[in-house]
Amino acid sequence: MSATVDDRTPAAPPRSAFARGPWRSLDELAGSEELRRFVETEFPAFHRRLAAGVDRRTLLKLMGASLALGGLAACTPAQEIVPYVRQPENVVPGRPLFYATALRSGAYGIGAVVESHEGRPTKVEGNPDHPSSLGATDAVMQAAVLELFDPERSRTPLKAGEPASWAAFLDHAHALRDELERTRGRGAAILLDPVASPTLERQLVALRAAWPLLRLYRHDPLAATGLAEATQAAFGRALAPLPRLDRADAIVSLDADFLAEGPGRLAHARVFADRRRVRGPRDGMSRLYAAESTPTLTGAAADHRLALRPSRVGALAAELAAAVETLTAVGRPEAGEGWIAAAAADLVAAGPAGLVLAGDHQPARVHRAALAINARLGALGRSLALIEPSDALAADGGLDALVAAIGVGEVTTLLVLGANPLHTAPADLDVAAAFGRLRELVHHGAYVDETGRRAHWHIPAAHELESWSDVRGHDGTASIVQPLIAPLHQGRTAHEVLAALAGDVTPDALALVRATWRDALDDPAWGEALRAGVVKGTAAAPVDIPAASVPSVGDGAPAPGEGEDIDIRFVPDPWLRDGRHANSALLQELPRPLTKLVWGNAVLVSPALAARLRAEPGQMLEIALDGRTIEAPVWIAPGHPDGTVTLTLGHGRAEAGAVARMAAGYDAFRLRGSAAPWIATGARLALREPVQRVLTTQHHQSMEGRDIVRHASLAGFREKPDFAHGSPPAPDDTLYPRWDYPHEAWGMVIDQTACIGCMACVSACQAENNIPTVGPDECERGREMHWLRVDRYYEGPPDAPDTHFQPVPCMHCEQAPCEVVCPVNATVHTHDGLNAQVYNRCIGTRYCSQNCPYKVRRFNFVEHQDFDAPGLEAAANNPNVSVRSRGVMEKCTYCVQRISAARIAAQIANREIADGEVVTACQQSCPARAITFGNLNDPASRVAAEKAAPHNYALLEELNTRPRTTYLARIVNPVGDDGKTEEGGHG
Amino acid sequence: MPQIFHRSANGIARFVLWGAQVAFLLVILVWTGLVRSEFFTEVARAPRQPVPFSHRHHVGELGIDCRYCHGGVETSASAGLPATEVCMTCHSQIWTNADMLAPVRESLASGEPLRWQRVHGLPDFVYFNHAIHIHKGVACETCHGDVDDMPLMMRAHSLTMGWCLSCHRDPEPNLRPPAEVFAMHWKPPEDIERVRKSLIDVLGIDTATMTDCYVCHR
Repeated sequence: MSATVDDRTPAAPPRSAFARGPWRSLDELAGSEELRRFVETEFPAFHRRLAAGVDRRTLLKLMGASLALGGLAACTPAQEIVPYVRQPENVVPGRPLFYATALRSGAYGIGAVVESHEGRPTKVEGNPDHPSSLGATDAVMQAAVLELFDPERSRTPLKAGEPASWAAFLDHAHALRDELERTRGRGAAILLDPVASPTLERQLVALRAAWPLLRLYRHDPLAATGLAEATQAAFGRALAPLPRLDRADAIVSLDADFLAEGPGRLAHARVFADRRRVRGPRDGMSRLYAAESTPTLTGAAADHRLALRPSRVGALAAELAAAVETLTAVGRPEAGEGWIAAAAADLVAAGPAGLVLAGDHQPARVHRAALAINARLGALGRSLALIEPSDALAADGGLDALVAAIGVGEVTTLLVLGANPLHTAPADLDVAAAFGRLRELVHHGAYVDETGRRAHWHIPAAHELESWSDVRGHDGTASIVQPLIAPLHQGRTAHEVLAALAGDVTPDALALVRATWRDALDDPAWGEALRAGVVKGTAAAPVDIPAASVPSVGDGAPAPGEGEDIDIRFVPDPWLRDGRHANSALLQELPRPLTKLVWGNAVLVSPALAARLRAEPGQMLEIALDGRTIEAPVWIAPGHPDGTVTLTLGHGRAEAGAVARMAAGYDAFRLRGSAAPWIATGARLALREPVQRVLTTQHHQSMEGRDIVRHASLAGFREKPDFAHGSPPAPDDTLYPRWDYPHEAWGMVIDQTACIGCMACVSACQAENNIPTVGPDECERGREMHWLRVDRYYEGPPDAPDTHFQPVPCMHCEQAPCEVVCPVNATVHTHDGLNAQVYNRCIGTRYCSQNCPYKVRRFNFVEHQDFDAPGLEAAANNPNVSVRSRGVMEKCTYCVQRISAARIAAQIANREIADGEVVTACQQSCPARAITFGNLNDPASRVAAEKAAPHNYALLEELNTRPRTTYLARIVNPVGDDGKTEEGGHG
Repeated sequence: MPQIFHRSANGIARFVLWGAQVAFLLVILVWTGLVRSEFFTEVARAPRQPVPFSHRHHVGELGIDCRYCHGGVETSASAGLPATEVCMTCHSQIWTNADMLAPVRESLASGEPLRWQRVHGLPDFVYFNHAIHIHKGVACETCHGDVDDMPLMMRAHSLTMGWCLSCHRDPEPNLRPPAEVFAMHWKPPEDIERVRKSLIDVLGIDTATMTDCYVCHR
């Protein structure tokens, strides 16, 4: 939809606008007419889709034909049963197997357990034993199976663009090897997409030993060097941080999005949420201060958030360090006015339980200040450990060094492993020209991408789920990556390509990985490492920091001028990363956590800046930096720092495949310079006339200013723990049928304090329940199919609002308005209280959705799946969930297939279903454990305990629908609150 | 003005009008009867199989247990079909040169699986689970009939939803002690009524949990 903002509204909306509490978008705040029309249409823009041009005669013919053919639908076509020839050990058809492996996230791995049905991987779950996962997954991991079955993955080696065989490449590689043997590697280089794989490291070290003149370059477009430089300067070696949030009482983030970025984010979210779980007046919470240069999930979770230009974070860090220094000297921490004073006072009061984290993309001086504060607090080695980084393979430089080497003719043969520099290179490096001068360019990658197209040889990379490899987690723990399926196409691992180059005639990835671990793991230990998904005892030991080597804060940063200059903050797309996942429809259509944008990116600006520019959402903005310009549509982000724009990397890829081509979006790499890859200053903006379509799921299913998200401060909660209780009508105050639940009564509790809004649950739900993606045009009509949505509410002034997240699945009402209106009984109440949807009965009246107060039902307006000729991607479908056809309603089922599986297992054993035996997909993926599910009739169940929490409440309880899904009100822990429930909370 | 239609036209018109309604009802009656008939439900029809495997011979005459070939029936939703290897455990020793078994030997040699025609097929939106039925005392022959008397496999029952539900609503008449579920031509003891009642109790069979839509459709 194209939303409009009135010229006068964003800058200074009348204060009365906030009187009705939380708001979800600036349009809603301004009460725009267009939004009202959009919201009031039950399924927006339906009239546009009504079949046009069908006259009465054609309609009658169609009706007659469908009547005549209707009976035939019951006929089952002849089917074949194809048993195994030799049935593999452990395989029982119909019973899934689970294998532990690890999936890459940046250079590091996150442990995963993958479900496999007769050799076909269908679903990724987190590995509870892996320190980077702790059982949780993120959206990108959930998309891994669909990516495996992406029909557009590279399928065959290409020689000069023409299909060739792996054997032909082996011949070629061996000729190349003979030459490199002679020249000891002169003129040859390898460009690495860095990955902390011990086997890859071993292979590269061996290659370099054999050919000393071989060069090695690293290119990670999402890496930053600030922390490495800071630790190098302070301790003489590069170190990686390992925050221990479980030990931290006061956390200060200096532009660090530790809940949503970085290889340890899932683990951080877990312990962060655990330290803030409040169930009674005596429970305590940690306190988070976040200063940030673009709205992030960490900022949304913070108790005190400060938005500032990215170039000012350095000055802020220096001031904070000075404040801590002063307060420590005085020895009497006392809160002053302002963010810095409050943060400094809390840090000093917490002492070793204080923690300051600096954003990876921030320059070294910010990291130096953060280290200095941590050292001063005594937090080093306590709430902040430092470890040797796992991917510390010595290289000859980055992409710029490579381009320079090619320029002077020192490199003529290049092997690119995994990277796609022709898309991800800084704009001021002419990589295309440099690569054009190469005598030979060999590219190894999953897609024939921008680099693969121009390479002399392209070797398809095997997907992670097809590969033997190994990878280290954020704390150094190693995992063996094991394949779930033999390569679907002719994909090869990087290990095999390197081994071929080293002269191996029949490279075998398993043998290569096993050889790496030959000494460390004997055969039983190897088997155990595969089973557990982690190699025991491989976590990096914290480095002992001598107190004497405490870094100095360093000189204060020069404060940038105010002026008209604009700061640019580059951020990776949360799902597409540097663009490598651009061809994943699941990820393209997964709403971004804060903006709720889908199928494209926009340039984020603050409401004040938009008002100054007189920019409407979607209007094109020209951004100029160092002589380069790009045009991008504007999106107004409440809480965005003024004088700054946020550009998202990873979009706008022309050569990534058919799915990526459907998406809109600009390519921010075209503006990014090599000197300042993350934070650029001195940009100029100019508004252009055209308006581009920017798609968002933000306005859909608006709840019209009711008392939806209830929240209080910790002090307010302690004073009145049941502040969230409303006054629901009496249970029997209803005309609806009454139900008894003599068996189980399934229920769910969602803790809004724990929820960080990361969208893992939505993607997990989509992967588990065969939920289709619908594409940008259908999204524009408000027809995305996600059974679970995460609503994002803002509260307060647009330039510094509070942000609340509320996941909304089906409420499974005990007195469900949907059930009574269905004319064909297609939505029915079950004995355990589910609102079951029967697809085969549904005739698509959509009355149920009309009557659902929570707007959680989704209708298949078009056929999203090809039933006659299913494509390769259909292999990712969960065999235990029906694939829905056009014209039927669907919605969250509480993962009824998992309930059924647990019930069958329990009934076979003749026992009750145990607590924790049924885990819904959203619950399983949640890094913060915000979702609890179970049997309400079991008083000992975890969900019953959660329901008994004093701040448990039901959405729209005044309707007396008696939802089974309820919420725990959000509790924040701001400093110095007066003990009153916050405005907007239920009073 | 003369009349356009002759008096007899009245009768013809009445006949056509009534006749059309009767014909319509007849069509519906015949159709509803037809879809329930064995012609449509494919009961007692044996499709041609790549190998004319005889359950009468293997089960009835040789007495091989169901689970020798259908190994998943106690643990999985799917009973499973034997891998070629399972056939060859015996047929590498006996009938090693029978023409009838040539496809089996070829399958093992080439690695190409046998392609059997499905006899007991359910639509894709039905999630049937063998294991739970076996454990709750529903015997193989209750649904699959006298398999030990079938030279070629055929359906013994219609497998329609109404047929499934008749038992899910009232399972008692179809129950037997779980130890007996693999027995063919089982003779119920004298006190079977009492046994069935106690089975309902002991096995925790509750029709309330068996008739929800999601038990089979999800």
